[in-house]
This record gives sequence, structure tokens and C-alpha cells, in this order.
Amino acid sequence: MIRSIRKKRTVILAGCAILVFVGSFWFFTKLLMPKYMDEVIDGALIAEYYQEETEHDVIFIGDCEVYENISPITLWEEYGMTSYIRGSAQQLIWQSYYLLEEMLAIEKPKVVVFNVLSMQYNEPQKEAYNRMTLDGMKWSLSKWDSIQASMLPEESMVEYLFPLLRFHSRFSELNMEDIQYLFHKDKISHNGYYMRTGVKPVTTEPTKRRLPDYRFGEKAYEYLDRITTLCEENGVTLILMKAPSIYPVWHEEWDQQIVDYAEEHHLLYLNFLELFEETGIDLTTDTYDAGLHLNVFGAEKLASYLGKILSEIPGVADHREEEKLRQIWEEKIEFYYQKKEEQMAIGK
Amino acid sequence: MLFTSYCFIGFLIVLFLLYYKIPGKYQWGLLLIASYLFYAVAGAQFLIYIGVTTFSTWYAGLRIEKVKQQYTGYRKLHKAEMTKEEKKSHKQEEKKKQRIWLLLCLFFNFGILAVVKYTNFAISNINYFLNLAGRGPLNFLSLALPMGISFYTFQSMGYLIDVYRGTCEPERNLGKFALFVSFFPQLIQGPISRFADLSKTLWIPHAFDKKQVIFGIERILWGFFKKLVIADRIVAGVNTIIRDPDQYQGVYVLVGMLFYACELYADFTGGIDITIGVAQVLGIKIKENFELPYFSKSIKEYWRRWHITMGTWFTDYIFYPISVSMPMLRLSKCSRAKFGEAVGKRVPVYCATILVWFTTGIWHGASWNFIVWGLMNCLVIMVSQEMEPFYRWFHSKFSVKDRWLFRAFQVGRTILLMSALRMFDCYRDVPLTFRMFGNMLTGRNYSVLFQGGLMNIGLTAADYMVLSIGVVTMLVVSLVQRRGSVREALYAKSPAVQLGVVYLLLFSVLIFGAYGIGYDASQFIYNQF
Repeated sequence: MIRSIRKKRTVILAGCAILVFVGSFWFFTKLLMPKYMDEVIDGALIAEYYQEETEHDVIFIGDCEVYENISPITLWEEYGMTSYIRGSAQQLIWQSYYLLEEMLAIEKPKVVVFNVLSMQYNEPQKEAYNRMTLDGMKWSLSKWDSIQASMLPEESMVEYLFPLLRFHSRFSELNMEDIQYLFHKDKISHNGYYMRTGVKPVTTEPTKRRLPDYRFGEKAYEYLDRITTLCEENGVTLILMKAPSIYPVWHEEWDQQIVDYAEEHHLLYLNFLELFEETGIDLTTDTYDAGLHLNVFGAEKLASYLGKILSEIPGVADHREEEKLRQIWEEKIEFYYQKKEEQMAIGK
Repeated sequence: MLFTSYCFIGFLIVLFLLYYKIPGKYQWGLLLIASYLFYAVAGAQFLIYIGVTTFSTWYAGLRIEKVKQQYTGYRKLHKAEMTKEEKKSHKQEEKKKQRIWLLLCLFFNFGILAVVKYTNFAISNINYFLNLAGRGPLNFLSLALPMGISFYTFQSMGYLIDVYRGTCEPERNLGKFALFVSFFPQLIQGPISRFADLSKTLWIPHAFDKKQVIFGIERILWGFFKKLVIADRIVAGVNTIIRDPDQYQGVYVLVGMLFYACELYADFTGGIDITIGVAQVLGIKIKENFELPYFSKSIKEYWRRWHITMGTWFTDYIFYPISVSMPMLRLSKCSRAKFGEAVGKRVPVYCATILVWFTTGIWHGASWNFIVWGLMNCLVIMVSQEMEPFYRWFHSKFSVKDRWLFRAFQVGRTILLMSALRMFDCYRDVPLTFRMFGNMLTGRNYSVLFQGGLMNIGLTAADYMVLSIGVVTMLVVSLVQRRGSVREALYAKSPAVQLGVVYLLLFSVLIFGAYGIGYDASQFIYNQF
């Protein structure tokens, strides 16, 4: 009897100890991880996808050239198509691939649009950017593989599994943002689109520095092939695009390689750097940072033009008459215009 | 595999689970595999070095034993026929044969140590003279230093000398002996265990003992706290100061000196805490290597409490044998005759002391900095020994010996002296160290401390806050330790209190530890020796 009580007591004690440890670890992880809410909000984009309630016809993948340059709200308003942008800062091509792989396990879009700027990178670049993309992903085999492909020598898988081990040193930087967004985060994107309303015109043309070698790397090609194959296997139309951002420089030699690849694989490739007239984008009014990214006016123009092409792809339908979707998107539209107004008021 | 790496923690967890899962008789075998695996991670090629030292020492130990058996067997058989003189000469012959094996093995293994550790130091000294003579320099050899070679060589040679002296039986099982040499927790920074101590617990089966495991984990956590929260955080300040002696002068040198003393203590004792804790978790008892050294009232006492196993090694295997060696006895006799009893009896002791400190210095590293550091320690000890009569006179006149203020003065003086001597560890060469020492005493820039100077040495306000709390915690724990075991006291408390303390320590390490990206993963200082 006494033995049994003792055993019970030990089990309860051990259970409590584990619970307290896990609880404390979880709490400190939550507290110390960057919130990406007030500054560098790009880091919060990837995680927002999981709040989506419905599927999408079109998925955009890539770096800032997608999440700052295309407005999904315009695509809905003008064409009734549902779309989502899965992009984050300097998102590398293998990260785009694994995000796509993860998404295709959740939903079946009709079209995937991949922005090709990240083809220039054949190696992981910066830990901070890795974190912005990878920490936002839910745990899956795709996330594991993406981390494996992205890690720099100084990084460790353990620190991705237990982010407290990576972000513990933020104890000295904790501020109100960390407390405010400890358990919840504000919605900051419009289906993955990061809106900016400011205007900073292009004043200088980029100077093209000669590169020793213009060929894209093997790893970049490998993942482009994998994206192509993945889309084929899932019956998804793949479109390649280059956003109309004049910085960083997009070399003709790079462009030619994408043209060749698209031809070889029978893919549509849209280089918007050559379509300023058709899209109506004016770099004196439609960019907020002198040509790196479009502002909301440019993003709407680009979406408007792109929507025309996308709407002609079989399976991409106009959902504006579908009650459930209409209700969901009305909320998104309201949020979009509210934010647009707020930003324009403060001139952001 | 750094003790503070994720890899090591994973390695420990797996080993721990396996260790208590398998039958006790196989535990030592598992530890041997784990130790060699641990060593191989540093470089598989280094296994050859430790393997050669293990085998040669083991074999020499057996040969010494065999000689003993042969000779004692013969004496037993012919006890009746042998005269006293014959027995004596027979014993001398036995000792001589044993000594051959001992010396062969000592030369061989210390030879390996000398070649890999000191060849380039010798070349750099030869090059200095070649340069003076206008000759071209010799090329340096690219010899990688096997991990922990100083520690395992000294430990192995200690064993062999003990076998030779007959104070311990040789180990017949090569595997068990290999484990004694390579036991992974103590392989890289000691303690330098004695065979008689370690063999008592290393090979026997160990059942899971909750209390020992809890104590072991607490000790590991405390080691991590000292290493990661204090040593690896303060190191940024130390490095900033010592790497730019032109910029950081005067009071900065003093700050660097004190910070380094703190870093070294937290680093080395933290490492030893992890070592002893890991062994304790596995049911193995390793001798303590520190006994609150910064509470010492003299340098001599400090060295009895700091790196104890190294100190006793040098005393037992170098100081005493040299002190009673024939040349030293002859020197003693000669000096007594020449300088009188008082001076004469000191000569052999001081000669042996100088040799011990020279060896201690060079053991720490192949550079003049360490040699001078060792000799400076020796000088301080000898001076304080010579001043003994004065101290006695002083205490007969002033009864301050038992006053706490005087004791605090003695402790403070010892800390300052030791910290000053440790400056040889920091600066790149001996002349620079002396220059910076002089600069520290003559520099008059104390005002920079009040003008935010401490913020210019790579440490932030948050770092100072963490360091202050960490150092105060370390001091409080040390004060409590003087009255008895902290862990025993904690064990007597309720499980909730125990858990609270352990979690507090654990999360302090996890959050305030200087590890991961943004910090330089620092090797333990003594790993380099």
C-alpha cells in the first residue's frame, strides 16, 4: 500500500516536473523569439498562410519581388481569382520549393507563379533571412528538408528544433513588442502581400557590374527542375516571372538562361522588366524605394495585368459569385483598404 | 567535441540511457567505446597517439611486474642459500631492470609529447639565434597537437611510476587500462587521476543511483553556468583589452587582468565541474581538482587548492624524486659545507622547486610566457618562504592573524598576485607582459572608468548585469560550500525546492549563456594545455 502510494507520488512528481519544464521552455521560447510585428515585419509573412480558411487558384512563390509587387486583392476584385503569395525576404529557391511542396500537401492550386530572381543564389546567404522563412513554417518533412538545404555552417538543426537556443540572447533586447505579441500576432499581410503606399521614384539607372560567371548554379537549377516536376506531377501550371524591380540588377545573360529553360520545358516566362508599357507601371510613381519594390499602386497595376493572363488558364475561375468566398474576401478587401488608407495618411 | 556543444549533450544522453540499460559487467566496455568515439571526433588520426601511449605504458607496466615476479620468485626459492649481500645486490639488479623499462617508457612517451608539443617552440628559439648569426631560419613543422596529450601522458606516466614503486598493481586487461587513459570526461582538461583512485570505481558495475545522478546533473549544470554565463561572456572584454595593448592601457590593463582571473576560474572550474558531474552521473568518482582557491591566504596555499591533481603530480613524481636524488644529496652536502646549515639545506629544495615550476610552466604551453609565468610563481613562493621569519615577528607583535579584515587582506593580496602572474597567459610575449604590468601601475587614466570606459571593451550593460549576478552567485555558492556540501543541503529540501533550484540554474544557462550564433564558441582554456 505504502509502496504504491510512493510510486504514485513519484509519477505525479515526475509528471509535474516535466510539465513545468516544458511549460517554462515554451514560454521562454515564445517570449524571446522575434515577433516581426513593429519592425522587419517580413519575418511574419510565412506563418500567416496557416490562417487561410480556403484554397487558392494561384500561388506565388519567391522573394520580396513577389510579396511586395503583386496585390492578390486586385486579382480578386478584377478577376475573382483566389491567390496567395508565399514569399519572404531573400527566399532562396530551395526554400520556395519546400514551401510549395508543403502547400501542395494542403491544397491544389491551378497555377504556381515563381519569381526567378533567387536563381542567382546557389548557396545559403544569411542566417537572419533563413530564419524569416523557416521559423514561420509549421513542422513537417518539408520544413526539415528546407532547413537542411538552407543551413549555414554556423547554424544547427537543434536551434531550429528549439528556437530558444538560438534567440536566448534577445533577453537584452526585449521590449513592449515582445510582451504585446507574446500569445497572438496581428495580421500584417494581404494574402501574403506586404503593402507599402509611399513613393520614392527611380532617379538613377542601375549600373551593371560584370560578373566572372553568369551561369546559374547547379543547386539552383536542381531546385528549378524540382519545382517544374512537382508542378507537373500535381497537374499545376507553372509560370516563371521576373518582377519589374530594377534593383538588384537582372542581367541579360541570366534572363537568357531562363528564356532557354522556359522554352525547353514549355513554360510561360514573363519578364516584367520588358513589359513596363503593357503593365503601365511607372517607376517615378509606382515604387516606394527607388526601384527595388513596387508600392501598392504598382502592385495593383502588375496584378491587373497578370490577372488577365492567369484568368485564361484552364481551371482558374471567377469566384465572385460564390457566397462563402465572397464573404471571406470582403473582409480581406475591407482590411486592405483600411490599411491602405492608414498608410497613406502617415505617408509610409 | 566541446563539452558545451549540442553534440556532446546528445552524446551524453545516449550514453546515459545505454549505460544503465546494459548489464553492469559491460558498462566499462561501453565507456571505452564512448571514450574512443569522443576522442575520434577531435580527429581519428589522434587515436594513434593515445593508442600508442596506452599500449606502451600497459606493456611496460606488465614487464616491470614480470621482472618483480621473476626476481622475488627466485629470492623465495633460494632464500636459504642467499646471503644478505646477495639479496641486496639481487634486489638492486631487479630495480635496475625495472628502471630500464620505466625509463624506456618515460622517454618514449614524454618524447612523443615533446615532439608534438615543443618542436616548433624549439625551432622558433633556434631561429632566433640563427637570425642573430645572420643565417636563414628553419622551417616549422606542421604537427597537430593531439587533444589532451599533456593530461593523458601525465596520467599514464604517473601510473607507470606507481607500478615501478610498487604502490599499485599493474592492470592486466588492456581494455580496462585503455579506459583509464582515455576516460572521456577527464581526457581533455583533467583532473590528472591516479590509477589507485580511479580504478576503484571505473570498472565496477554501477546500478542506477538516483541521488548520484541528481548530484551529477546539478554539478554539470553548475559547470555550464560558470562556463557559459560567466567565462564565455567575460571573454569578449578580456580579448578586446589584451589584443590591442596600444589602445587599452593603464586601468584597462587592471580591468583585463581581473576579468581574466575571473574568466580563468569560471572556465577551468566550470570544466572540471562538468567532468566530475558527468562521471558522477555514470557512478564514477573523480578526485576534486579545486578547493576554493580564491579563498587562499598565500600563494603556496593557493597552489594547494588550484589544479590539485596537477600540483600533487609534480610534487610526487618530480619534486620528491629530485629532492632525494643522489646529485641533489651531493649538492646539499656540498652547500651545507660551504654556506652553512641554514642556507645549505635550502639549496636542494629550491633547486627542485625551480625545476618543478619550470616544468609546470612549460607543461601549460610551449612558450616563454608560460615558462616565465611558472618561474615567477616559483619566485613569489620562495620570497614568501624567505619572509617567514618576518611574518612570525610581525604576528608576535601584532595580533591581527585571526581578525577577519586581515584575512580578507591576505585573500585579496593572493588574488591580486595570482591575477598579476596570470597576465603572462594573456599578452603575446614576455616583454610586452612586463611592459603592460608597468603600464598598469603607472597609467593614470582611472577616470575613464567613470566616463563609460567599460562600455568600450566589447561588453554591454546587459553583459555587465549578467556577469555581476553570475559572479555574486558564484561567490555566494563558494561561501556556502565552505560550510558543507551545497548539494547535500539542497537534497534535504522538498522536491519542489530542489526542482525550483535546478530549473533556475538550467534556464539561467539556457537564456543567459553566451553560446550559439553571435558568440564565439570558446574552447575551454585548459583544453589547450
